[in-house]
Amino acid sequence: MPHLISSSRPEPTAAPPPAVAVALTINGQPYQLQVAPWVTLLDALREYLDFTGTKKGCDHGQCGACTVLVDGKRINSCLTLAVMKDGADITTIEGLANGDALHPFQQAFIDHDAFQCGYCTPGQICSAVGLQNEGKVKTTDDIRELMSGNICRCGAYPNIVDAIAEVLNTPPPLSSSAA
Amino acid sequence: MTSSSYISATDKTRKQVGQPASRVDGRLKVTGQAKYAGEFNVPDLLYGVVVSSAIAKGKITTLDPSAALSLPGVVQVFSHENRPSLPWFDRSYRDDDTPPGSPFRPLYDAEIKFSQQPIALVVAHTFELARYAASLVRVEYAAETPDVELSSKWKDEYKAPTGKIGYEKPPKPRGKPKEAMAAAPVKVDAEYTHAAEHHNPMELFTTTVEWLGDGQKLNIFDKTQGVINSQTYVTRVFGLSKEEAHVVSPFMGGGFGSGLRPQYQLFLSVLAALELKRSVRVTLTRQQMFSFGHRPATIQQIALGAAEDGTLQAVRHDALAETSQFEDYTEVVVNWSGSMYQCDNVELRHFLGKLDVYTPLDMRAPGGVTGMIALESAVDELCARLGMDPIEFRLKNYAERDQNKDLPFSSKELRACYRQGAEKFGWAHRSPEPRSMRRGTTLIGWGMATGVWDAQQAIASAKATLSALGQLVVSSATSDIGTGTYTIMTQLAADALGLPMEAVRFQLGDTSLPAAPFEGGSLTAATVGTAVKNVCDAVAKQVFKLAQKIDNSPLKGADFDDVEFVGGRIQLRRDTTQSVGLTEAMAQGNGEPIEETSTAIPNLLKQLQYARNSHSAIFVEVEVDEDYGTIRVTRAVSAIAGGRILNPKTARSQILGAVVWGISMALHEESLLDLSFGRFMNHNLSEYHVAVNADIPPIEVIFVEENDSIVNPLGVKGLGEVGIVGVAAAVGNAVYHATGRRVRHFPITLDKLL
Repeated sequence: MPHLISSSRPEPTAAPPPAVAVALTINGQPYQLQVAPWVTLLDALREYLDFTGTKKGCDHGQCGACTVLVDGKRINSCLTLAVMKDGADITTIEGLANGDALHPFQQAFIDHDAFQCGYCTPGQICSAVGLQNEGKVKTTDDIRELMSGNICRCGAYPNIVDAIAEVLNTPPPLSSSAA
Repeated sequence: MTSSSYISATDKTRKQVGQPASRVDGRLKVTGQAKYAGEFNVPDLLYGVVVSSAIAKGKITTLDPSAALSLPGVVQVFSHENRPSLPWFDRSYRDDDTPPGSPFRPLYDAEIKFSQQPIALVVAHTFELARYAASLVRVEYAAETPDVELSSKWKDEYKAPTGKIGYEKPPKPRGKPKEAMAAAPVKVDAEYTHAAEHHNPMELFTTTVEWLGDGQKLNIFDKTQGVINSQTYVTRVFGLSKEEAHVVSPFMGGGFGSGLRPQYQLFLSVLAALELKRSVRVTLTRQQMFSFGHRPATIQQIALGAAEDGTLQAVRHDALAETSQFEDYTEVVVNWSGSMYQCDNVELRHFLGKLDVYTPLDMRAPGGVTGMIALESAVDELCARLGMDPIEFRLKNYAERDQNKDLPFSSKELRACYRQGAEKFGWAHRSPEPRSMRRGTTLIGWGMATGVWDAQQAIASAKATLSALGQLVVSSATSDIGTGTYTIMTQLAADALGLPMEAVRFQLGDTSLPAAPFEGGSLTAATVGTAVKNVCDAVAKQVFKLAQKIDNSPLKGADFDDVEFVGGRIQLRRDTTQSVGLTEAMAQGNGEPIEETSTAIPNLLKQLQYARNSHSAIFVEVEVDEDYGTIRVTRAVSAIAGGRILNPKTARSQILGAVVWGISMALHEESLLDLSFGRFMNHNLSEYHVAVNADIPPIEVIFVEENDSIVNPLGVKGLGEVGIVGVAAAVGNAVYHATGRRVRHFPITLDKLL
């Protein structure tokens, strides 16, 4: 027998939130934005400022495609509201190259074919820069572990590790079981 | 692999095909400039957010959008109650990958056929507002209990009357399978299952429709593996002309089969754009991406019988795979068990179980991955009973012909895969007994399996334009879903005219280009590659004619076959000092470019006389913690017989990725269906586990030499899928070798070892 199910959503209690002013420095350039407080940093970049290099893969902080650098630290921009970063210094994938000269990680990713579809790549590369800033990597096993917040569904992981290891000059672990 | 400069600028005579060239689109991808479907930020864009059904079966009794519509900035809520008139007949909703049946029609009526079915589209000025408003749409349902229990469907013995494209029904039984099985002294009879899996490409499914304000003309930026498939669908459903429905998709953030059928964000965004006469973008959430096609959960019962010496005497293989109530999704699951090994007594059956779920969809090596889990695991079980080395068994029962089709193979270098893979892996050092290898406190297991896939060629067209300055533009409406299409087509085109890759630009992903099939079935290199080669050869012939017109041309009197195109010049093969520069020749054409279009059609008369397959041998090592049951793959070797390799760098990446997929399937991936509510419970990337970096060890890829003049003029076999087939079985076999426990229900999670 059919039984009745109702979606019990609350009635709206308030009008949509009004926009507020947010100042961001993105890739060295100042930007003034008027965005509602419910706009994530990721959507502010992609939909309001046309920095579409930063990707949305899950919107829940589960995949890492949206990784950007905020004051040099890697974060998931989908888990951060733009208003929370008022005054922050943000670096996206568009800001890593110096004119025609690619950032060493960008070049290493091309050289090692560390991507296929390319959708996770900006997040991987920004994450690698953050990883370098953290200074914790001693062996390639550390790269594997500390890059595990960035999913690559194409499965380019071995090449990603090689690319990052080349830039960081990272040795394999001593106890490596690899043939 | 060492870095970049394989192609030195000074070595202009080097052929590009066969070189490990870096991707031509690499720079765009690492700088964030590559634009995906949801990144065409056209002016005055509206955002659509989908409301998904809370139930899996039943009817919508009330759909009240008033609260959503009351918000300033919400433009419209589309549902079955206010949708425009839509076609009546199923044929209008079919696409190039539609299984037999009645395709799902979004917003058609109040009936709910599967969980998370799209039931409304809320369109607003911002994404955030649309998302909020979508939460305010009040829906009431008359719910029925969904039927989603696959194992209850064996009794129906339902076989699809017809299959979808690419499906081959299991061959009729051969020999005397029952008698042979009964008589076989050594037997295995086991049931293998794997859960449903979802493709989960990184990019969310998105369509941006640009309203051009000129009649009904639309630019449709769609996440798809085939722009023409999307265009065909949209023109049929909405009555648009091809000119009105211009579909563009230069980059796709992962497909793996999920983009072979137009997904409902395409339908909804086009509907909204046409109704509102505005540009609209609809992006699905990760959760909503569990509401459409997936690799079907499959239950397999397989029995193998062998003589004491390891001769395979009988094979029986039954599969029961899920499909929806409205379409019969079919994949080739059991047939592989009749063609992989020499065996004269074989019985294969493939059944479907119709459930209240969305129709499954091709997912990387559909059917092959599934069937070979059962076959290659069962072979390992048989080898354990025989006390026989798994490679020795496979060589003893090596199939020299495809017995299903009774045809010879066009080429089959699988023996070389076994040999070279085993050597690289160090298989000879394997101690055969389970639990006999340890490293410290962990158990070590070594397992292997075979992989196989089809080598197909379809029809495709391409266009090539050579400018007076020697710049070549080649195009075809194919895709590059990460496979390297842009790069290998550039290499093929460059060689045809003796140009450096920098002088060649390849365009794809646009319905205004010459037709090509969607990128699926590992056929793009063969199909589009042949078209590109042909059309560039046609241009070369025209240039050659111009070169002969030059006064005192050293090529006068020569035939086209007497010359070669090398380093920007046309030279006589027998005396390479006699040559004409390409731009010199083009100068004879008064600055006019040369343009050619051609269509490459497979030589079926030749091809159909052979079974055409790629093969692989996969070897893996696992470490299993005896106390905790944790499993890690610590290394893997994949040896591939895939015909000619156009680009060893991108080819290796395809195989690497496929092995990662296989490991992920073996140990992580399962979409868990709630049997009461008919919904995939773990519908996000936190709970649907895919392999992450730390899960993946170093992987060695070997391409064995394989020459094939039958499969297509290029001798390529396609590499997108063969690398995943067999991997999950190899991992399972390694886990058995490590622990002595045979886990037959994939994925092999630690709880199954405790």
